[in-house]
Amino acid sequence: MDIYLLEAVINGLLLGGVLALLALGLNLIFGVIDVVWIAYADLVMCGMYAVYWLHVAGWPLWAASLAAIAGVAVLGVLVHVLIIAPVLRAPPINQLLATGGLLFFLQSFTTLLFGTDFRNIGVRLPIIEMGDIFISFARLLAFGFALVGAVALYVFLKRTYLGVAIRAISQDREIMGLMGVDQRRIYLVTSLIGGALAGLGGCLLVLQYDVHPFLGNTFGPLIFMICVLGGLGNMIGGFVASFIISQIISIGGYYYSTEWAYVLAFTLFIVLMFIRPRGILAR
Amino acid sequence: MLSVSGLTKRFGGFLAVNQVSFEVREGEILGLIGPNGSGKSTTFNLIAGALRPTAGSIRFKGGEIGGLSAHRICRNGIARTFQIPRPFRKLSLIENVTLAAYFGNGSSDRVEARRHAEEALALVGLPADPHTMTDGLGAAALKKLELARALATRPTLLLADESLGGLDASEMERAADLLESIRTRMRITIIWVEHIMGVLMRVVDRVIVLDHGEKIFEGLPRDAAHDPRVTEVYLGQRRT
Repeated sequence: MDIYLLEAVINGLLLGGVLALLALGLNLIFGVIDVVWIAYADLVMCGMYAVYWLHVAGWPLWAASLAAIAGVAVLGVLVHVLIIAPVLRAPPINQLLATGGLLFFLQSFTTLLFGTDFRNIGVRLPIIEMGDIFISFARLLAFGFALVGAVALYVFLKRTYLGVAIRAISQDREIMGLMGVDQRRIYLVTSLIGGALAGLGGCLLVLQYDVHPFLGNTFGPLIFMICVLGGLGNMIGGFVASFIISQIISIGGYYYSTEWAYVLAFTLFIVLMFIRPRGILAR
Repeated sequence: MLSVSGLTKRFGGFLAVNQVSFEVREGEILGLIGPNGSGKSTTFNLIAGALRPTAGSIRFKGGEIGGLSAHRICRNGIARTFQIPRPFRKLSLIENVTLAAYFGNGSSDRVEARRHAEEALALVGLPADPHTMTDGLGAAALKKLELARALATRPTLLLADESLGGLDASEMERAADLLESIRTRMRITIIWVEHIMGVLMRVVDRVIVLDHGEKIFEGLPRDAAHDPRVTEVYLGQRRT
């Protein structure tokens, strides 16, 4: 196998880990609350800014990351309370417009605060050399933490009663109340977890990309496409779709260019929506 | 135990429940019957908190519960089953029931919740192993699961919605016996909505008949069979 192609495949795999983490967060929120947070990637951008500014202020990277995760988790709760909860029973188009409004608000507000400069955290992590293959340690680190985040979410959903309730509420909302489950509490916990995953995603991406107010425009459509491709609300489907899309982007980028790879990925997405509109794993 | 007074529910221009009043005594099994669209399920939904009353009062153990959210009513000790079972298909049997045991009583004790869930499953005769899923369960087993889930919340009042629907004759008798034993062994008061009159009339202490959202009869089962309004509702208007 071409050594550069192998490198592209490995890079695609590593990118897929982070995308999978973000897709899990968005799918969790959609599956439980039944509202698509169009602005999810912009929460990731907020997390990146939080790590960046705290690190610039002298915080160690780990402390800045923990604070960013906690901050974006709280932001997730605020988004639910202030924007989602009031439109919970509204038609889907109203919900979409409300979260779309949030997207523009976050982009405008961060532009107002920080300008449109591309900011780099300046943490230089080594490049690992394996034979003739070079792998970025930052990507490897991001992949590892993304997997840890995904496994932690799996254990929480599988092993705790709150997690079981979160899985159950996506199957039948009405009956949960009649079993004594406070739906509002489940929604708040879900928003908190979804926010925390976006925060973790921000911590991992800030090691690889410059942060700017419009970063969500790159990752937002990608995460949304992955979730739809996997079947909205289907976490396993989203996980699988993340790696398919990341490989298309990475291998497509190797053979042609990154721009062409994105065109290819979105074309495939449109085609698959005709063939499997409910997602690649839909029965 | 439960006092319903002037209960009314309006959906736009349609009056689903109109000024219905009745009392439920501790330890009894009360039958709530009536033809389709008579307001039985709406009355259940109002008591359980799935719907908010347009007017009227629902008092349970002395406190007003009308308009409270469903989870608070459940934690107050009222559980309900559904005519068409609604299990969580992606969860195992024990997870279905433990969820109700954990949240339904507000105790949040994992070990206790698991024990209550196992007891509820044993009572209805379903396995409590963690690998049995709801797929492939027959109508009778799904009804049992529905009942186990309600019992796991440790209610003092059970709203049983058509527990006999979809069962064969012998399963119906066993289901009715189960409801009777729940009343005697667990001291749970029951309001039972049912269409299968023969079995219901054998088990209930009193019966209330609804028609077009209004109460038209309240009394002993044997008297209901001879009441002209009830006969008219079930058999059609008599020709003179």
